[in-house]
Amino acid sequence: MARRKKRKEIFALGNEAVVEGALLAGCSFYGGYPITPSSEIMEIMASKLPQTDDGVFIQMEDEIASMGAIIGASLAGRKVLTATSGPGFSLKQENLGYAVMAETPLVLVNVMRGGLSTGLPTCPGQGDVQQARWGTHGDHPIIVLSASNVQECLDMTITAFNMAEKYRTPVILLLDEITAHTREKIEIPYEGEFEVFSRTIPSMPPEWYKPYEETVRGVPPMPPIGSGYRFHVTGLTHDRNGFPTQRPEEVVELMDRLHRKIDQFFYDIQLVEEIQTEDADTVVIAYGCVARSAELAVQQARANGIKAGLLKLKTLFPYPRRQQEKIMANAKTIIVPELNMGQMSREVKRVNQGRASVRTINRIDGQIITPSEILKVIMQG
Amino acid sequence: MNEITGNEIIHQYLRHNKKFPHVLCPGCGHGIVLGTLIRSIHSLNIPKDDVVIVAGIGCSGRLAVYVDFNTVHTTHGRALSFATGIKMANPKLNVITIMGDGDALSIGGNHLIHAARRNIGVTALILNNNIYGMTGGQSSPATPMGATTMTNPFGQLDKSFDTVELARGAGANYVARGTTFHVKKLEKVLTDAIERPGFSVVEAITPCHTQYGRKNKYKTPVDMYKWMKKAAIPVDRYNELSEAEKEDRLAIGVFVERDQPGFEERYFDLKAKLQAQEEKGGK
Amino acid sequence: MKSQQVLQRFEIRFSGLGGQGIITLGKVMGQGLAIGHGYNVTQTQSYGPEARGGSSKCDLVISSSPISYPKAESLDVLVALSQEACNTYYPYLKPGGALVIESDLVKQPPTNQFLGLPYTRLAKDKVGIAQAMNTVVLGSLSHLLPFINQKTMRKSLEAVLPEKIRAVNAKAFNLGLRLAKKEWGDDVGAVWEKE
Repeated sequence: MARRKKRKEIFALGNEAVVEGALLAGCSFYGGYPITPSSEIMEIMASKLPQTDDGVFIQMEDEIASMGAIIGASLAGRKVLTATSGPGFSLKQENLGYAVMAETPLVLVNVMRGGLSTGLPTCPGQGDVQQARWGTHGDHPIIVLSASNVQECLDMTITAFNMAEKYRTPVILLLDEITAHTREKIEIPYEGEFEVFSRTIPSMPPEWYKPYEETVRGVPPMPPIGSGYRFHVTGLTHDRNGFPTQRPEEVVELMDRLHRKIDQFFYDIQLVEEIQTEDADTVVIAYGCVARSAELAVQQARANGIKAGLLKLKTLFPYPRRQQEKIMANAKTIIVPELNMGQMSREVKRVNQGRASVRTINRIDGQIITPSEILKVIMQG
Repeated sequence: MNEITGNEIIHQYLRHNKKFPHVLCPGCGHGIVLGTLIRSIHSLNIPKDDVVIVAGIGCSGRLAVYVDFNTVHTTHGRALSFATGIKMANPKLNVITIMGDGDALSIGGNHLIHAARRNIGVTALILNNNIYGMTGGQSSPATPMGATTMTNPFGQLDKSFDTVELARGAGANYVARGTTFHVKKLEKVLTDAIERPGFSVVEAITPCHTQYGRKNKYKTPVDMYKWMKKAAIPVDRYNELSEAEKEDRLAIGVFVERDQPGFEERYFDLKAKLQAQEEKGGK
Repeated sequence: MKSQQVLQRFEIRFSGLGGQGIITLGKVMGQGLAIGHGYNVTQTQSYGPEARGGSSKCDLVISSSPISYPKAESLDVLVALSQEACNTYYPYLKPGGALVIESDLVKQPPTNQFLGLPYTRLAKDKVGIAQAMNTVVLGSLSHLLPFINQKTMRKSLEAVLPEKIRAVNAKAFNLGLRLAKKEWGDDVGAVWEKE
């Protein structure tokens, strides 16, 4: 083990913490387009990346091109990041699907703002949750993470990069305006203290390499473009060589593997934090900025003698079904507060199957759900 | 050993593990353009590993899969954005995009404009067949006014884009046009385009008899080649024509030759400058 | 060294007009309390098209234990640098909380229980530039709040400022500190001394 060094402390915005996390994880390429309330990520990258050894920053002409640029850079061997908000997230969906299909690691941060369409640009929201899961067309697997405070912005960004590289897939990190624009003291971990995972590159000679071959993990090795492994990358359904195919058995093999490589590693991917859930008969399930309100509400409920707990979701998709099952051993009431009309509560209800009473608190006026709003519902039982 | 020529060159660059036949129709000009591209790359002695072909969607987009380079078949219109990322991630690579007219000028029009403005070191090969071929013959922004298409059954109402003027205005370093009839000239400008730093645009006029020609006064594919032979004249001679004479003619050759540094060059110069400053400040 | 005072969710709101340096004020004070003093601090702000002239707001929550809810809910201190801000946010002040106002700009304070200084005029006349007004506020608060170590706060202020404006701001900070002591008295913050 590395000798324990002192961690550096900084007072930083959530958006700044994303940048710190990305750089620690080995990100060396940012392609983006400005949009509120994610712009600080881009602005800080614009000043930091050109000053690193191999960092590349590029402002693209639109959100679609930003995705194209980072996918290209990822194929060329870089760890890549882009960030956006609501309307930009819609535009990213096209090439997001491409990245899933072509198994291109990338991290896409969406700082959720309020409302649909142009909506409430400077207010918080959580309305993009199901879009993150199903936004791009076609049946596809996806990893969606979230963070509820500034330290988590840093930690979950590192996690996002590691998962992207480990599973050769795009990873979406969903933040909200509150989390992204809160300043807090965070600790920057020192090198060697945390895991940095980088994609597996092929060890066989190029003439033996099949770019989409079945492997034990379901994740084929990925060489950077230009390293002597010449192969074809496409968004068309393809065979093991990467060539387009419509043969049903080859289509099924690819689609199965794409889903399986994510599904089978649920224990690594589905992250939650359990706060006082062991004996809780009332459990709040929350994520993002709302999880902070929920945590205070749970503390206040405990002070009032109510056995309340919080299941904080750090992974939204694939939905941490097993962790919900676990808390349902005791829970009679589940409360799902969110800044939308009920998006994660769909998942909660799907797993619940009528066992506990599921109550939702929904707010779409661009304001945060306060601890007292949640406490009121907890007290109602 | 004798120098290899003609088809032998092309065979060296085709993927033999790719199941032929290809997707192109009889009479299509795209194969001629692909052959020309291979000869250009071969003449420049660029190792296969250093070439990246980034293609869009459509008939032209399918070309990438047949050649033994690093090939990326992207989304519709987005080839240039992927290419920009690849070039910036590894500037040593020779990045060539293959796009169709609908691909480059319509859905990808914004990317074309900004790739030219940025002057990114990428070669954009635009295969203009005046139509959306793969989807069944709908109008593209390069369909001539008055032409009949599936989406303009009563004749195209709007004007077509002039790729050359668009690329010139947006700031490309090198802009040229050729046809699949004038193959040697096309090879020459394509070779120049790949060699030149910064953003280069080569428009290759290529016939689509299946979806465009036979519905518009060209009875056979040969008629389309006859049209190219008759209409195309070198740009300097074209410029001497009267406006009326220009109507039915097509200027080919080199239109723009600039020597602005490519975006990647400017970016990595900036990085070097910042690093030098830091070293100075550190001491 | 005096041991650090234990705080449970101490909430401060800075409010006023865009261009008064309110966000910077919150950021600098937050940084000083978080990094310099070692408290848990969250700083949030009204974020929007509020350029110069519009309204501006910045909240700090300070605590010895981890902060769950990051926004201010009931204020221990409200700093109002405009009449409008004072009217809007006064109802959120806790009973017994302190209202600090810019006494030239807030002509009609809603209560007689307030602490005022003509910050803008002071910055203009005594420091030489009106933009240093927010630092004068910081200085006065460093006197008001007993859990702030003045030396630590001054140091952390200097650490975040570019060298060019460091001296001016040190002057502004000291001015705020001195005048608060003189105008508000030595024991103005005594209510928070032991909590």
